[in-house]
Amino acid sequence: MKKYKVKTTISYPIKGATGKTGNWRVFRPILDKEKCVKCLRCWIFCPEATVIRNKDDSIDIDYDYCKGCGICANVCKIKAITMKRESMNK
Amino acid sequence: MNNIMIDTGNYIAAKAAVMAQPEVVAAYPITPQTTLVEGIANYHETGEFKGEYICVESEHSAMAACIGASATGVRTFTGTSSHGLLLMHEMLHWAALARLPVIMCNINRVVGPGWNIWADENDSISQRDTGWIQFYCSSNQEIFDTIIQSFKLGEDKKVSLPVMINYNAFILSHTSMPVYIPNQKEVDDFLPKRKPVWNLDVNNPITFGNMILPPEYERVRKEMQDSQENAKKLIKDISKEWKNKFGRYHGDLLEYYKCEDSDYILLSMGAIGAESKVAINNLRKKGIKIGLARVRTYRPFPKEEILKISKNSDLIIIDRNISIGMEGALFSEVKASLFGKSDSKVYGFIAGLGGKDVTFQDIEKMCEKVINGKANNMEWYGIEGV
Repeated sequence: MKKYKVKTTISYPIKGATGKTGNWRVFRPILDKEKCVKCLRCWIFCPEATVIRNKDDSIDIDYDYCKGCGICANVCKIKAITMKRESMNK
Repeated sequence: MNNIMIDTGNYIAAKAAVMAQPEVVAAYPITPQTTLVEGIANYHETGEFKGEYICVESEHSAMAACIGASATGVRTFTGTSSHGLLLMHEMLHWAALARLPVIMCNINRVVGPGWNIWADENDSISQRDTGWIQFYCSSNQEIFDTIIQSFKLGEDKKVSLPVMINYNAFILSHTSMPVYIPNQKEVDDFLPKRKPVWNLDVNNPITFGNMILPPEYERVRKEMQDSQENAKKLIKDISKEWKNKFGRYHGDLLEYYKCEDSDYILLSMGAIGAESKVAINNLRKKGIKIGLARVRTYRPFPKEEILKISKNSDLIIIDRNISIGMEGALFSEVKASLFGKSDSKVYGFIAGLGGKDVTFQDIEKMCEKVINGKANNMEWYGIEGV
């Protein structure tokens, strides 16, 4: 990757260029692996690419960068993902 | 061999812009800049200007288009005036913070309401803090030379900032003067192709204008300030190079005229600066030791040079602008440059607002009021007092 010396508002395509955006989250998506049928709709729809697709098509969520928008829970046909308020989870 | 072209400030500026061979010009017409962009459009039609000419719906869009084009690494030029410049205001910050050397002529014109198209510097003075380098010209030859020099200055990696070349409405924009025009090869040798310090490129993807956290933002601002300081030296070097190559010199940060033994030094900008030379000659005939330091760069501000000339002289400032609630902008900044380091007296005059003519007789009267010890700290010339 070509890097420039000048100081201005340029960002490079690397993971987490603007820090751990998971800090912004109010609601946390919780996946019930028992219920999941590996349809991958959440993986397709996640706007931040924080739904990780494993080799066997099972799913993990990258909580470092997931902002908690809730789209994954919304598109899940079998309600295997539920949104829980962060403070209640800790 | 030089060609001589006799034409108005705007057509001379169009010629200079085209000879710098920008890849993109985006502009919107406004009096008194109109003939400048018409001139470029004409060169586009005849094929002398080979770049893209983008017609836009406003000055905000003109500057945005120049920023977008400049971000891809190409050379860009535009021109505007008064309300057009004010509409660009947001985008002026964008160009400077992105470190893009967009080059622009601004023809100093009154700001409304009170519809008036004549000379007044409040339009560009109110863009002072955008990070742009600002030149003020006093002749058509200086307009031509400064435009070519500005591309070299702004595009240098030690500067990487946009440059605004200001000249007074009608007094220069619509007045014909003979101007020496170098040939294309001489301009090309002086001004090589732009080498951008960063650029948008599909093969090397980056994001421009992303979120930036406070410590980094502060560093961006600091580097802009450092670059304006670098520009001071580079303006001197480029002026010298131009002088050696083409034999013409208009000063660098300041133009000095009969300052060596002066008890008084007059400071002003733009066309009043040129008119002042006649006043200086007349006052010297009367035995008054007075000189002129015409301020060419308002940003970066030549504070070290002004402190130096204040050592043996009191200073008289004529401002064709006013920072309402304070005083003339040049007056304020000259005093700031002297603060704590000089005992010289500084007198400020507001003159020529709204395009009111300022002749050499007017300038002599202002100077004589100071010399006779009758001037207050700040005077309105022609309204009361003088």
